[in-house]
Amino acid sequence: MIDMLVVDLSRWQFAATAMYHFIFVPLTLGLSFMMAIMESVYVMTGRQIWRKATLFWGTLFGINFAMGVATGIVMEFQFGMNWSYYSHYVGDIFGAPLAIEGLMAFFLEATFIGLFFFGWDRLSKVGHLVVTWLTALGANFSALWILIANGWMQNPVGAKFNPDTMRMEITDFMAVIFNPVAQAKFVHTVSAGYLSGAVFILAISSFFLIKGRHVELAKRSAVVAASFGLASALSVVVLGDESGYVATEHQKMKIAALEAMYHTEEAPAPWTLIAWPGENGEPGFHISVPWVGGLITTRSFTEELPGINELVERAEDRIRTGIIAYSALQDIRADGSNEEARAIFDEYWPDLGYGLLLKKYRVDIENATEAEIAMAAQDTVPGVWPLFWTFRIMMGLGFFYIAFFAMWFYRASRGWIDTNKPLLWFSFVTLPLPWVAIESGWFIAEFGRQPWVVEGVLPTFYAASGLTVLDLVLSLSFFVLLYTVLLIIMVFLMVRVIKAGPKDKLFADDDDADDFVMAAIPATPANKELGS
Amino acid sequence: MSTIPLDYETLRLIWWLLLGVLLIGFAIMGGRDLGVGTLLPFAARTDAERRVLLNLIGPTWEGNQVWLILGGGAIFAAFPPLYAVSFSGFYLAMMVILVALILRPVGFKFRGKVEDKRWRSAWDWGLFIGGFVPALIMGVAVGNVLLGAPFHLDHTMRIFYTGNFFQLLTPFALLAGLVSVGMVVTHGAALLAGRTEGIIAERARSYGIWAGLATLVLFALGGVWISFMSGHVITSVIDPNAPINPLNKSVELVPGGWLNNYSTYPWMIAAPVLGFGGMALAVFGLAARRKWLAYLASSTGIFGIVSTAGLSIFPFFLPSSSVPNSGLTLWDSSSSHMTLFIMLLVTAFFLPIIVMYTGWVFRVMRGPVTSDSLGKNPNAY
Repeated sequence: MIDMLVVDLSRWQFAATAMYHFIFVPLTLGLSFMMAIMESVYVMTGRQIWRKATLFWGTLFGINFAMGVATGIVMEFQFGMNWSYYSHYVGDIFGAPLAIEGLMAFFLEATFIGLFFFGWDRLSKVGHLVVTWLTALGANFSALWILIANGWMQNPVGAKFNPDTMRMEITDFMAVIFNPVAQAKFVHTVSAGYLSGAVFILAISSFFLIKGRHVELAKRSAVVAASFGLASALSVVVLGDESGYVATEHQKMKIAALEAMYHTEEAPAPWTLIAWPGENGEPGFHISVPWVGGLITTRSFTEELPGINELVERAEDRIRTGIIAYSALQDIRADGSNEEARAIFDEYWPDLGYGLLLKKYRVDIENATEAEIAMAAQDTVPGVWPLFWTFRIMMGLGFFYIAFFAMWFYRASRGWIDTNKPLLWFSFVTLPLPWVAIESGWFIAEFGRQPWVVEGVLPTFYAASGLTVLDLVLSLSFFVLLYTVLLIIMVFLMVRVIKAGPKDKLFADDDDADDFVMAAIPATPANKELGS
Repeated sequence: MSTIPLDYETLRLIWWLLLGVLLIGFAIMGGRDLGVGTLLPFAARTDAERRVLLNLIGPTWEGNQVWLILGGGAIFAAFPPLYAVSFSGFYLAMMVILVALILRPVGFKFRGKVEDKRWRSAWDWGLFIGGFVPALIMGVAVGNVLLGAPFHLDHTMRIFYTGNFFQLLTPFALLAGLVSVGMVVTHGAALLAGRTEGIIAERARSYGIWAGLATLVLFALGGVWISFMSGHVITSVIDPNAPINPLNKSVELVPGGWLNNYSTYPWMIAAPVLGFGGMALAVFGLAARRKWLAYLASSTGIFGIVSTAGLSIFPFFLPSSSVPNSGLTLWDSSSSHMTLFIMLLVTAFFLPIIVMYTGWVFRVMRGPVTSDSLGKNPNAY
């Protein structure tokens, strides 16, 4: 039998390492683009202050990037280390996007990031700008392929189970790439990254403005961040990840869980603003808004959303056919020439994963009792209340940031950047909030997919490596300890860099011609806004 | 399947070769950084000297490490059972490698941000660990591949690994680990001798000469050892176009069996010849102060040594010591025909582009690195 403690510890380790990694990734995505924008302005206008800004944010970017690399390398190997049955079972599909990520994206990013830091005096202005853009592009391509891989776990398209090799194999690679879930995830995730980058720059610029230091650089940075942030906030909310959820059965389960919707509602379903668990875990006290739920999740007024109880009943049926598929698979594995078994398997294989849910309760799942089937069906419901609340936290923050950036954008366009001290303080102290939203988002995506590691195909508990509890205790505690120490050091270094502020003279050939250039430009309102 | 213009057997062979290219790519490109990391506390003694070393490899080490990341990704994509068995089987060894590798990006970035002796010296040792430990453990892993790993599979392809971390540290595996450390130190030293000046270059030369000589002796010792060791030989008929099933073969242990390939395919002798010749020439190049010769020769030596390990066990990837029939070969642990083909197309497109831009970046960053040249860059480590 499977050791559930090993499975749980493996899950904790994956969750911990992935969530640590995703503290740094969003900032890499967001800062790299904003640095590229600032450097573009530098190359177009020739004003030193934009180079100074690029270099200053670049220093912080570099510290963050180092942590991203340090925590990212674990991710590439952890599938094989902790999820070896998963790696065998779906590696034929899942390995490809990871390898392509290396070929197309990470190589690009990692090769050019060295030149970004070391190439300032070895490249022409335009040459260096190209390097910066390539670094940013690499980071974003990287996100694309990782989310294609993750999207496939949520909606496993373009693949079929092969009984001869005992694994899922690719049938349609284009379907994997253009998986609607993956595309929605990509846009949503990179937008969240851009938003975090904008919040980061705005918060630190606000800090400078409060202190009255590096005012020119801070004002310009704030303008870039306010516009970039507004676009990102709109995109992260409007192009929300859940738009892809309706694609499959379990995604429907995820929506039902997010909404704590136990009973099927007529279209368009209401949206529950807040609710409290009552009898049987179902919502007791709640406040609902009519129609909104259907709109958010289906983008239509007519599509009906099934409730949790109905989905559990459907899962029970699929478990029963899954048992038939599993028996046929056993026959094929025993005798490859059994054509009758192959015919049965061909018909029922899509439910094989549902049959495997029973493996939690017994090895010989052909003999499962009614009670076990009912329990396995109940297992298809993820943890409703943690999902319900994290979803509301994430959504609330999304709407908050639309308002926040809309206000900042308006004020920046009027040239009111450093006039409102409370706003500056507010912008500074709310710096951690995007990370709350982002980690909530990954929690919803991954916890909401349970009990599956690949939706409908492979249960999580069935996918882990046969490691010992000691192996996992050692690795989990070591990773958490090491990452935490490094995170503390990183924050300490960032604070130091921020306190020191941008250096006035960066290169030996720097002159202080900036003030002269600015003085030569007439103080038209447009220039005033940019703080020129 | 008829739409795929290359047959399954050919694709499996191509991917076996490509995996070799990626892993040798890491051994040469990343190996130089691991070697410099290992030499850091010794070849450079003052802070100024150490900064020279760090800034020499600083601009390119991140790209070099991607050869390893991509190697991992390519094993996952092209040979999933191999990825699953090796990484979960060598679990704690992988952990040790990862922890050591984690110290590198932060070490490079964080070290120079604070001007404090203890801070910098702590990171220097962190970077030493980040160079020495992965080189050692990866070599130990290769040694264990030659010895066979204690694992078997059941009919659902679930993996059962019956060994533990300390059982990996056998004398032969440690010997392989030292060969690995020796070759990357020689390589790193050749780089330092060529790209730095004065006392650092001199120290690197002498470390490099000793490391190169040690590598030659240890590699030869390994060869003798292998001729007495049991190698795995497939005794059943293999269909190189069949769907994967590692249990579908019978394997026998034959003393000296890992040398059989060299009589079956005499051209394979080129690999150990390049290994010995390259390392010997690197020692000569260092001694004779022929900078580029030493670096090119140590690269060739690494190519030869890594190829020797790969060719000796062909067609095996990971033999099993406990249930030899479960051992993984390139014929029975690959991805599907279609995945191998798609990944070949993608690789054929991107790998030349990667080589081109990597070459361009190296060209931009060429030239000697000295303490004086660092002052000009505010981003220097």
